[in-house]
Amino acid sequence: MNKLTTLSYFIFLLPFLGFIINGLFLKQSHKKLAGFLSVALNGAAALIAIYLAFNYFQSGVAPGRMILWQKDFLSFAPSLIASVGLLLDPLSAMMLVVITFISFAVHIYSIGYMKEDRSTTRFFSFLSLFTFSMLSLVVAPNLFQTFFFWELVGISSYLLIGFWYEKPAAVSASKQAFILTRFADSFFLLGIILVSFIIGSFDFYDLNTLSLSSFLGEINLGIITITKAKALFVASILVFIGGWGKSAMFPMHIWLPNAMEGPTPVSSIIHSATMVVAGVYLVARLFPFFSLFSDTLHLIMVVGIFTAVFAAVIACTQKDIKRILAYSTLSQLGYMMFALGSTSVIIEGQAAINTLGYSASVFHIFTHAFFKCMLFLIAGSLIHAVHSNDLDQMGGLGRKMPWTYAATLIGCLAISGIPPFSGFFSKDEILIATLEGKHFIVFGLALFTSGLTAFYMFRLFFLAFHGNMRSPHASHIKESFSMTFPIVMLAIPSFLGGYLFKKVFLKFYLPGYLPASDIFSSSISVHWVPFAASLVALIGIVFAWVSYGRPYANVKKALDETNRNQFYKWIYHKFYFDEIYYAFVRQFIFRGFSAFVRFFEDYVIGGAVKGSVFIIKKAGELVRESQSGFTPFYLGTLVVGLLLWRFLGNLPV
Amino acid sequence: MTLLNCLLLSFILFGIGIFGLLRRRHLVAMLISIEIMLNAANMNFITFAYFSAEDSSAGAVFNLFVIAVTACEMAIALAIVVSMYRRRHSLDVNELRSLHE
Repeated sequence: MNKLTTLSYFIFLLPFLGFIINGLFLKQSHKKLAGFLSVALNGAAALIAIYLAFNYFQSGVAPGRMILWQKDFLSFAPSLIASVGLLLDPLSAMMLVVITFISFAVHIYSIGYMKEDRSTTRFFSFLSLFTFSMLSLVVAPNLFQTFFFWELVGISSYLLIGFWYEKPAAVSASKQAFILTRFADSFFLLGIILVSFIIGSFDFYDLNTLSLSSFLGEINLGIITITKAKALFVASILVFIGGWGKSAMFPMHIWLPNAMEGPTPVSSIIHSATMVVAGVYLVARLFPFFSLFSDTLHLIMVVGIFTAVFAAVIACTQKDIKRILAYSTLSQLGYMMFALGSTSVIIEGQAAINTLGYSASVFHIFTHAFFKCMLFLIAGSLIHAVHSNDLDQMGGLGRKMPWTYAATLIGCLAISGIPPFSGFFSKDEILIATLEGKHFIVFGLALFTSGLTAFYMFRLFFLAFHGNMRSPHASHIKESFSMTFPIVMLAIPSFLGGYLFKKVFLKFYLPGYLPASDIFSSSISVHWVPFAASLVALIGIVFAWVSYGRPYANVKKALDETNRNQFYKWIYHKFYFDEIYYAFVRQFIFRGFSAFVRFFEDYVIGGAVKGSVFIIKKAGELVRESQSGFTPFYLGTLVVGLLLWRFLGNLPV
Repeated sequence: MTLLNCLLLSFILFGIGIFGLLRRRHLVAMLISIEIMLNAANMNFITFAYFSAEDSSAGAVFNLFVIAVTACEMAIALAIVVSMYRRRHSLDVNELRSLHE
């Protein structure tokens, strides 16, 4: 174990070292060196993480938790100490492997993708910081450390989305991402404060082993006095809002598609392993805590399923390849969320927990990370090849880029949930979990979304790789090694990940903290679900083929959104949510709140400053008047003064 | 010749000096006024030395000191006046206000 502890430090230190060296010691001209250094450091971190995870699962501690090291960091009170540490349990071990592996692939890819950029060193430095903060986030043994690195993940994504800071769109997208997630984080912070106030601990162990029966009394929160159980319920909602914003669930979703303004490797890592996954991860990490409150779980489920359907519908009409993938991520995150929420089951009037939803959700994080990362890298390759994000400019690329073509096919099949690709297994479990929980509406919507997913992914696939070449750059398109290798590397887990790890996830992801009586065992026969899901996905693929893939499909007309009906336009403009946000910000924040602040600034604070300046100036003028500069006046005052002093003062006679 | 008469004379001289100092605008005239005031003070010394001191030479010695110091002072003052005149071609104190602004 001692050796493991020593090794575990390196998982964090290596990316951090990459950040420091690239950020401080390398010049912008050392592009090659920066790239290879980051790749080497992250590769080593990935190897250590895999070794660590392997040892953990072999050690026999496996479903339980293990603290490799822990140190006191800040002590607020003798009973409330925030510590930093490394917690190893199935969830964090899985996340460590996924994050380091994906970060490694993205770093390799960035060498090729960012070759012509003038500040590659800065890019690698930020990317390493991003990896470091996400790694530290997932192993946090307490809420305090989680929040700390949660914000660091936020700031590094801000830096990376706004990496091309000469582009106004990138700057505003990065600000939007940062402000929206900060808005959610403020609730998260409130939740942390409330929880630590009631329980007196930041530790996940204390939160997850909580039983409501030991919190019976009332608590005074300054303004109101409520029962502790109710206060904890409020806290659980507040903490969930943090994950809500971070995972870009509706209605805080708009920052994620707009974050596409950043470089593609950044989108790739944000969407697969870091940032947005942090929200789902938080809910999964605190799952036993959330499961105490079935209302919170219902909220999670409703938010999740709504986002899943909503985003999938929008994705069907978009033309920007990265935006399609962004909405697809939203939809898949919705899947993970509602899977967590659908664990709440009512049997014979008693609330119980169906742990299948939990393991399915975590499994989906795992499979989704690989294929989504790969799809984004592919999108980056295509953009690099045709110099445009637009599907209008692509088409017929299959012949030019055979490796990419094959990888895309694997990715699309995986995300659509076609057996035996990885997405099938996780999606299937999610569907089964909702059905077992008797959430029939959610099940129906999820099945529908699954069909939509297959449709829009194959729409993308056919438009980009089949048909005529519409790009003016078509003649000199070729695949480069550093950009194709990571894609192929990720294609393997996208293909086999589900089948190989299915057993692992089912066995290890039962949260052992739950009291046994609350665990639910299914009574419904669900053998038909996999067939139904595959069938729906196939129907989606056929639809995509008919509209965009078959030789006689009128692709030009299909891509032209101007002559479509009103409904299509609504969807194409993302239900005008960006506009609603802008209007809201303009009307209420700029004109309302900001105007008030401006008024206060100008007239109250500025008035006070100007007033004091005025008084001092007037007093100065008064004194200045007396300094006339006439010598006789000075002499006269001298004489008068002396006389006054002589006769009125107490001058010794 | 009584003590009072002598003191009155020196008082009148001092008053003339003050009046001249305050009213005249010419620098040289002001210097003369200062000189008059000093002489008024000298008068006082001599008066008290003559009428009330046991050894009247002590008061006279003081007078000599004052006259010597005044001579030095006047030399410096006149030097300033001369250089001022060379520079500004005027000795009107109301115009010598460049330190005011």
